[in-house]
Amino acid sequence: MDIQSANSAEYGPYSFLAVFAVIALIFPLAPLVLARLWAVFFSPQKPGPDKNANYECGLEAKNDAWIKFRSDYYLYAIIFLIFDVETVFLLPFAVAFTGLPVGAFIAMVVFILLLVEGLAWAWVKGILTWR
Amino acid sequence: MDEGLRSELSKQGVFTTTMTDLYNWGRKNSVWPLQFGLACCAIEMIATSMARYDLARFGAEVFRPSPRQADLMIVAGTVTKKMAPQVVRLYNQMPEPKCVIAMGACAISGGPFKQGYNVLKGIDRFIPVDVHIPGCPPRPEALIHAFMTLQRQIAAQELVGPNRARYFVAGEPSEFPVPQFGEHDLVPPSNPAVWKPGKVVRA
Repeated sequence: MDIQSANSAEYGPYSFLAVFAVIALIFPLAPLVLARLWAVFFSPQKPGPDKNANYECGLEAKNDAWIKFRSDYYLYAIIFLIFDVETVFLLPFAVAFTGLPVGAFIAMVVFILLLVEGLAWAWVKGILTWR
Repeated sequence: MDEGLRSELSKQGVFTTTMTDLYNWGRKNSVWPLQFGLACCAIEMIATSMARYDLARFGAEVFRPSPRQADLMIVAGTVTKKMAPQVVRLYNQMPEPKCVIAMGACAISGGPFKQGYNVLKGIDRFIPVDVHIPGCPPRPEALIHAFMTLQRQIAAQELVGPNRARYFVAGEPSEFPVPQFGEHDLVPPSNPAVWKPGKVVRA
């Protein structure tokens, strides 16, 4: 019987997991306990209103975080989407334009018309005028 | 520990130390400054932390963007009266033990703007300053010198006993009053508990 099988027979094949678990527990806990002991015996804790404040850029927090945001901004998101998606698809379309079959061309025109419809909708709605 | 015994032991290859020395040794070699600059001195501070002057040699390369993680406040630049409350509040939010280096003529006295209406005449009117650096702006070497001075101060601090450092005394404040904006000046214009200027005696 070699050494390895003697060891596993004596301690069980998974006993090292228990040892690791204990070390894994002690390793993070020891600094916490030491820091706590240090605070108790040497370094008194000094909390205060500034130190306990949430905000930490030097300014005092004011007003409520639970404010209403204007839902009108969804229009800008939609218009951004129109132009953004248009760019993404138009560039490869323009590059491969000469080699495209008629079906692909018609599909692309329909797609652009759909986006133009969205733009027309926004225009009619008066979003494009600066207020 | 007896110095003679210590040197005798060190001759025999036995290194001895105290808890205080060990603690301060670790503390002085990992001073993390607060990352904020107020004016042109901040450019020199940035240069100090970069490769050419390399503040990392002193264990202070980690500039923390949050006061909660910082040990050292380098007041680098002109402290306007508008900015002073924020600086004091940042100092208050730093955990103990904390140190302050006032860098440059403005931070220590108001500098070229001393006669101005809007500049604080030295940050030591509101928070305790450990090291003052003169200069306009001080060179990076000057900041490194101030930093080494601070390290020597930290190494000499005691943790227990009647002469222990300010942070370890329960009654000593960790936060200092934040000045308010008054009609013409900050209210109060200085904190008398912190700012104790010497009397000028003219013969």
